[in-house]
Amino acid sequence: MAKLKGSIVFDIEKCKGCGVCVTACPTEVIAMASEVNSKGYNYAEAVNMDACTGCTNCAVVCPDGVITVYRVKI
Amino acid sequence: MADNISVKDIIKPENLVHKRSSVMTDNIMHYCPGCGHGTTHQILAEVIEEMGIQQETIGITPVGCSVLMYNYLDIDMQEAAHGRAPALATAIKRLLPEKYVFTYQGDGDLAAIGTAETIHSCNRGENILIIFINNGIYGMTGGQMAPTTLEGMKSSTTPYGRDVKLMGNPLKITDIVATLPGTYYVTRQSVHKPGNVRKTKKAIRKAFEYQKHNKGTCFIEVVSNCPSGWKMTPVESNKWMEENMFPFYPLGDFKVPEE
Amino acid sequence: MEKELRLMKGNEAIAEAAIRAGTDAYFGYPITPQSEVLEYLTAEKPHERTGMVVLQAESEVAAINMVYGGAGCGKKVMTSSSSPGVSLKQEGISYIAGAELPCLIVNVVRGGPGLGTIQPAQSDYFQATKGGGHGDYRLIVLAPSSVQEMADFVELAFDLAFKYRNPAMILSDGAIGQMMEKVWLKPQKERKKELPAWATTGKTPDRERNIITSLDLDSYKQEQFNIKLQEKYREIQEKEVRFETFQCDDAEYLLVAYGTSARVSQKAIQLAREEGIKAGLLRPITLFPFPSTEISEMANRIKGILSVEMSAGQMVEDVRLSVNGRVPVEHFGRMGGIIPTPEEVVENLKTKIIGE
Ligand SMILES: Cc1ncc(C[n+]2csc(CCOP(=O)(O)OP(=O)(O)O)c2C)c(N)n1
Ligand code: SF4
Ligand code: SF4
Repeated sequence: MAKLKGSIVFDIEKCKGCGVCVTACPTEVIAMASEVNSKGYNYAEAVNMDACTGCTNCAVVCPDGVITVYRVKI
Repeated sequence: MADNISVKDIIKPENLVHKRSSVMTDNIMHYCPGCGHGTTHQILAEVIEEMGIQQETIGITPVGCSVLMYNYLDIDMQEAAHGRAPALATAIKRLLPEKYVFTYQGDGDLAAIGTAETIHSCNRGENILIIFINNGIYGMTGGQMAPTTLEGMKSSTTPYGRDVKLMGNPLKITDIVATLPGTYYVTRQSVHKPGNVRKTKKAIRKAFEYQKHNKGTCFIEVVSNCPSGWKMTPVESNKWMEENMFPFYPLGDFKVPEE
Repeated sequence: MEKELRLMKGNEAIAEAAIRAGTDAYFGYPITPQSEVLEYLTAEKPHERTGMVVLQAESEVAAINMVYGGAGCGKKVMTSSSSPGVSLKQEGISYIAGAELPCLIVNVVRGGPGLGTIQPAQSDYFQATKGGGHGDYRLIVLAPSSVQEMADFVELAFDLAFKYRNPAMILSDGAIGQMMEKVWLKPQKERKKELPAWATTGKTPDRERNIITSLDLDSYKQEQFNIKLQEKYREIQEKEVRFETFQCDDAEYLLVAYGTSARVSQKAIQLAREEGIKAGLLRPITLFPFPSTEISEMANRIKGILSVEMSAGQMVEDVRLSVNGRVPVEHFGRMGGIIPTPEEVVENLKTKIIGE
């Protein structure tokens, strides 16, 4: 059966660290970084990219349009 | 393809499935972290992009947190006085009937100071889309009571909770506009979870399609959060919204045209 | 439609002139003594004649904000009302001035304050000429004194409004709005198809998006914008003053009056001259810009000025500022909807200025 494999890219400078993407991800790919961006926000980052299916949930709920999603079928 | 495909192989233009809409400008939005205004802007921009109507769309911003929306959407926009966006939209649509015209308004703007403009533009069946962000509070001015503030809900002007005997009951204006013959499509949605965002986006798309055929006023309420005004984290605010706002403002369609 | 002579009410003349001037839209709300404007327009079906949009709004607030929206699209849009309704429009007018949009507002003034009376007055002079709403702004204010001017000033007001990207007002009164006179109507003008580059007509790829707003949260930029507005008003003051004089060449005493008061004052001058009093009239046609320089020059040649207004004395302040104490300036007026008689004017000229 074909499997979906995804990858996400964050525009870190636009991230406000709201964490909404973290809860939206069904496979717990995202977590908040301990570092901050130039605005002082702890930005979101992928900590478990292997689990990403490219479902776009995180990107869809992100209020700031931070996340770009890529997906392949394997 | 091998199961252990690398991230680098996935991140290629041909594999792109979601990116910030080209109708969004590159400006960083001034909204508080996690605010539903931003999410709604994104999907509105996506619909405009997908329908290819950037050149034909004119938006009207309200007075409220979204007053500066014109900095974020790359379309022609006008900034209205508090509550008057539907009046501007009425004139714009009547003078440029081939354009797509929408207003974007908060609950104070639309359901308090702008009640008359809202009701009458809907009643005339103006061929416009009204996007109504109901966050139960006046966000911009620092969290005062809105017409939509829930019974018992605290705000900076109802510090002990909204007393409906003193302040009246929260106003369900969407229920009212749905009764008007001028409205064609009336729905209440949210943007706090991926599935809801997708539904709201579909609703916006439908509304613009209806506008193309001069069907009358389309009215989309988005029950949204105001983490700052509610004094919660964004994630908490979304949970609070589900538990408190949705029972009083249940999501769903009020008026759907028979296709 | 050809040039045409008709007997019309002032309000009807404005409405017909608006259609013929190629106005794109009118938004209004009924109020005496100007309801004939909206009534005439709805009866005339201008949509069929020129494609002009006419809409009865839910309030004056809505009407002026419709004007705001239409003006932002670069269209020729107008509204009309009378005093209480024009008070309601002030919010919108301030936004329109702040967004630098052209439009036409007609005020067929009635007596106030409050609901006042439906009879004619000139007590909205301050409101019209000093801004009216919040913020430092001015309207271009034209004061017709005949039905002919009611018609002619529609096009003039639009021309000035578009030239300076500024709201213009026709400040009339209930007497001129209601009176019937002969009026020459101009031939039908086509509605303009070209819209200004700044208008919100849909962003095309060859330009940046157009934004109509009066907001700038950056204080420095807001101040720069205000300075620019003031420069515009100065230019209007320099270039657009309009007035008329009557028997001023040998005048020893000057009446200053506009609109209905100017008609009365003209008759008063005739009566005064029959008594051997050499009186003349200066009638400001633009109230903003006010003919200050002209009145100032006149003050070098005359002994005193009487400002005649249907108010407690509003324009008299501008006359005094123009004269700057060089000759006595007094006010005579009736209020509450009463039009002064020419005899009263002569009497007051004698007692207040000549000192008889
Ligand atoms: C005539 C007028 N009255 C009051 C205000 C102040 N004011 C600005 S925004 C606002 C409330 C906005 O609340 P809402 O419409 O709910 O939008 P939100 O900020 O929550 O998105 C008020 C009262 C104003 N700008 N103009
Ligand atoms: S939803 Fe967007 S803004 Fe919020 S943490 Fe995730 S990436 Fe950042
Ligand atoms: S105050 Fe509330 S509504 Fe306004 S941007 Fe912040 S969270 Fe959003």
